[in-house]
Amino acid sequence: MRIVLEGRVIREGRAEGEALTTRQPISFYGGVDPETGRIIERGHELEGEVIADKILVFPYGKGSTVGSYILLRLRRRGLAPKAIVNQRCEPIIAVGAIIAEIPCVDEVDISLISRGDIVRVEGARVEVWKRRQSP
Amino acid sequence: MYLTRLEEEMLAGEHGYAAQKAMEILVALGKIYGAERLIEIRSAQISGVSYANLGEEGLEFLLKLAEDGKVRVPTTLNPCGMDLEEWAEMGVPEDFADKQLKVIEAYLKLGIEPTLTCTPYLAGNIPGLGDHVAWSESSAVIYANSVLGARTNREGGPSALAAAIAGRTPLYGLHLDENRAPTMLIRAPRISSELEASALGYRVGRMLGSGVPFFKGLGAVSRDQLKALGAGLASSGGIALFHVEGITPEAHRYSGMHAEEEIEVTEKDLREEIELLSESLEDPDLIFIGCPHASIEELTELYLLLGGRRIGRRLWVFASRAVKAQAEKIGLLEKLEEIGVKVYCDTCPVVAPLRRLGVKTIITNSSKAAYYLRNIHGVRVQLKPLQELVEDAVR
Repeated sequence: MRIVLEGRVIREGRAEGEALTTRQPISFYGGVDPETGRIIERGHELEGEVIADKILVFPYGKGSTVGSYILLRLRRRGLAPKAIVNQRCEPIIAVGAIIAEIPCVDEVDISLISRGDIVRVEGARVEVWKRRQSP
Repeated sequence: MYLTRLEEEMLAGEHGYAAQKAMEILVALGKIYGAERLIEIRSAQISGVSYANLGEEGLEFLLKLAEDGKVRVPTTLNPCGMDLEEWAEMGVPEDFADKQLKVIEAYLKLGIEPTLTCTPYLAGNIPGLGDHVAWSESSAVIYANSVLGARTNREGGPSALAAAIAGRTPLYGLHLDENRAPTMLIRAPRISSELEASALGYRVGRMLGSGVPFFKGLGAVSRDQLKALGAGLASSGGIALFHVEGITPEAHRYSGMHAEEEIEVTEKDLREEIELLSESLEDPDLIFIGCPHASIEELTELYLLLGGRRIGRRLWVFASRAVKAQAEKIGLLEKLEEIGVKVYCDTCPVVAPLRRLGVKTIITNSSKAAYYLRNIHGVRVQLKPLQELVEDAVR
């Protein structure tokens, strides 16, 4: 099944990949290891997951504004997500996406995207191929 | 969002890479917050200076901007990871120092003044009532808004840098009258030290999370206590503006207002708040004051409390180079150094590579410092007011 969502462009670009999704906000400063791309925030539902090359789907960013530079560090090391899809983008993620040149779109109903779905981001358009539900 | 012709040109890349990146950031922020247009600013204050936070990639980004970028307004810089003149004496490793100096060079090339302080308002960057500015560094942001009556949102390092390069910022949030009114009335006890002021700020910031507190009952508070109160509010909460009845410049506009909600903070609450952030330390590696950077008044008070007694352990003061120069001019610096007090500039324990300096236990008088030192550096901290901390230093 394929669904098409229309969001708002924060950083123009196109990317396609597997969705890594969470309903919890993400702090990049202190919450993501810039050396490995792994989520290290204690108790986060994605703790231990690697965000590299994923379409990272989360509601919004939180924490210190240094987080923007962490996105840049991840990108330069090839550990950044392919694209970011937010419910409501805030400045840390917006600025990080712009300086790291990661496609970013928000105002998307992220509850419609599940982990493992294939997602294609193209400007404001987000196409989702739902993973077949296991019986 | 409406853009002027110049702004459109910058966004299209006609004024170079740095101006284009800056405009992309400002337009995205304007979009997120529904700004109608950009507004010209009088000054900027940039955080994101310590190499410990920027890393190699942050440094590369700054170098790229510096290739064709220049700030359009007077712009000052937050502390970096070391004292630029005495880093070796501080114990900062040489590899770190090399990288840190490259970061400073990139900022210099962008036309930014290397003030390297979180208190630009004590170092010549002093916006006036109603001036629009774009500042980062949460303790400076809240001081500019509350004590000076200037107008800035709580910028991050890159967005403040973007505003400095473009000379403008999106018009939203605290730039607009309607967002500067109090949201909560705080009945507070009289404050007698910077530590109590910072604990009051820390507690109220934690309780409110966001919004604009209006304080009543504080009595006569000093400029340094307002600095400490703001730093506390901004570190435990996302607060960027407060008013104090009879003291801060915009408070009179709201004196007749009855806030819907009201909180009372007692002296007992303040003691509890200090205990929450503090643990008992017998033999600290370092005693320090100057978070935010110390003023000339704080240096003077420290000297008077010491009363000529020699320091028995490491007592460091962090201040801007501007304040250190003032202290030198009036002979205070020499007197402090004579009895063993060390005054460092350009840095602070929060942004310095503290563990690499071998510091694991600290006594200080700032709630903000306690919060960050514990969370970022894993250091053990005890909070004491200046009068008591001085007694530990001479023991």
